[in-house]
Amino acid sequence: MNTAVELRDRVETFGWLAEFKTDDELLAACRAAYASGYRRMNAYAPYLVHGLAEAVGFRRSWVSVVTLAGGVLGGIAGFGLQYWTSAVDYPLDIGGRPLNSWPSFVPITFEAIILGASAAAVLGMLALNRLPEPWHPLFNVPAFDRASQDRFFLSIRSDDSQFDVERTRAFLEGLNPHAIHDVPPLPVKVDAR
Amino acid sequence: MSTEGKTAEQPPRSAILRPGETIGSVTDQISSIVLTRGTPRGWYLALAFSFSLLMLLLLSVTVLFARGIGIWGVNQPVGWGFAIVNFVWWVGIGHAGTLISAILLLLRQEWRTSINRFAEAMTLFAVACAGLFPLLHVGRPWLIYYFFPFPATTGMWPQFRSPLMWDAVAVGTYATVSLMFWYVGLIPDLATLRDRAKHTITRAIYGTLAMGWRGSAIHWERYHQAYVLLAALATPLVISVHTIVSFDFAVSIIPGWHTTVFPPYFVAGAIYSGFAMVLTLSIPLRAIYGLQNLITAKHLDNMAKVMLLSGLIVAYGYLMEHFVAWYGGHDAELFMLLNRMFGPYRMSYWALIACNVAIPQLLWFRRVRANVPLLFVLSIIVNIGMWLERYVIVITSLHRDALPSSWGNYTATFWDWSTYLGTIGLFLTLLFLFVRVLPVISISEMRELVEEHADEPAAKSEGSQT
Repeated sequence: MNTAVELRDRVETFGWLAEFKTDDELLAACRAAYASGYRRMNAYAPYLVHGLAEAVGFRRSWVSVVTLAGGVLGGIAGFGLQYWTSAVDYPLDIGGRPLNSWPSFVPITFEAIILGASAAAVLGMLALNRLPEPWHPLFNVPAFDRASQDRFFLSIRSDDSQFDVERTRAFLEGLNPHAIHDVPPLPVKVDAR
Repeated sequence: MSTEGKTAEQPPRSAILRPGETIGSVTDQISSIVLTRGTPRGWYLALAFSFSLLMLLLLSVTVLFARGIGIWGVNQPVGWGFAIVNFVWWVGIGHAGTLISAILLLLRQEWRTSINRFAEAMTLFAVACAGLFPLLHVGRPWLIYYFFPFPATTGMWPQFRSPLMWDAVAVGTYATVSLMFWYVGLIPDLATLRDRAKHTITRAIYGTLAMGWRGSAIHWERYHQAYVLLAALATPLVISVHTIVSFDFAVSIIPGWHTTVFPPYFVAGAIYSGFAMVLTLSIPLRAIYGLQNLITAKHLDNMAKVMLLSGLIVAYGYLMEHFVAWYGGHDAELFMLLNRMFGPYRMSYWALIACNVAIPQLLWFRRVRANVPLLFVLSIIVNIGMWLERYVIVITSLHRDALPSSWGNYTATFWDWSTYLGTIGLFLTLLFLFVRVLPVISISEMRELVEEHADEPAAKSEGSQT
């Protein structure tokens, strides 16, 4: 028996996906779900909705810390390279001028700080978001295509301690969504969509 | 609160957006340019023209590599010719893209949203063109790796105290950061294109580039933070880059180059020429693709105002340059100044003053800023003027130094011109390809803008009821 089928027997659903027409409805729904004790949930929107991440229980983005670290490392590396090559590895005594001529190392050190911080911000953001992630169970839901266009979604995962197929669906229905979708946990064939 | 569909009762006071736009309508409109609307015939003609120029570049570079930089007009005493002029010109053009996307983001100027994407693309392509010139000008481009600090058997390292080395690092950093900024901004839009594409292959390509973006609230939060941080980093970066470009001149002791006003005046000049280029590009773009509702008259007006302001700073730079040359009382400086104004290159000098200082004063008039064809012509005049500025700075400072026996003149050759036109071809080719395959306006930021403006009347009426 192939593993995909085995898995399909074991995990029936990734969870429920409720679809909303406006960001305010989604925000209210997320707050209601969080208040009801759901934790393994997430919201999806076609643009940054302020307060939405907090509503699904997100507390701290580490991107700024990673960026600072990248900047500090970049600066140390940039200055270190210039210092070491000019004053240690290949010192050139030109009329007794100081080998560690730090003012002339400032421009490159500055650029290295910017480069290190920027690279850390981008790569850190992607790593913390666990991207690239080419496939996700939510992509099984055809309606989810509109999450990148004009619709707003709330997902509650089946591995949430509060999750119950019937009760969670009833709860979501109480939030008055536009639609509720079942999310298959494994890839669905394209022609079946 | 926020109502879907047409908000017809909304007053047309948000002139940066036509009332009645919804998040669905902007998504449709912008993505249809790439996905469904088909390719206009004009696009093929424009690409064919640009691509011919690109082939001219290929030819020029081939001849250059075969015969060396002797095919250009550079010689003693003018060792820096078109290559440096064009390098500075292209880098400067690129700077408006970063200014629009980063500084205006930090200043919460929401009118930037319609123009930041292609301004950023413009930055990338302009920096690509700029980067070519030092590479070609070294004469032996296969040795360009000497710039990199690597442990060689010679035991030597690059000279990090040299402004040319600073320049290489600054422009390299700038290109890298601009690319990251542009790509990060594109990710949500690539996901939109993935989800709207009908064809499997199109879907796969956009899907791969979108890296599985699905608009999770948590992802958006980190994304936004990273984006704002990048903007905050790009702002000092863009200023440092053109400052360092000006150091290429100012750190030397050549009269006409050795000036403390150079860094700020170069940065202002970069912004000036960059905004001129954004206008040159956005005016035809909005006409061809019918984007007048997104890139409105208000945008053109704002850009014209920024152009006027930066142009005045540039004019002040000229004034100070001339004043200090006179007030400093140094013979060589004074001679350089008079030679610049009345010597063999006087035509270029006065054309530069006309293009950069005199003619742009028309922008003071609201009528002129509202006249789109005239604005287009003015933007091209500023582009030419800024090119002439660099030409005058580079050539007139070099061709007559303190020793009259070593005076000489510089004349550009066919290959100088063909390389320059060729990079314009490279720039335009990349730009046309970009317009065809990627969303030319940031869709996700446009949605945010629409949403914020949709909330406004609701909030207002609530306020008046209480």
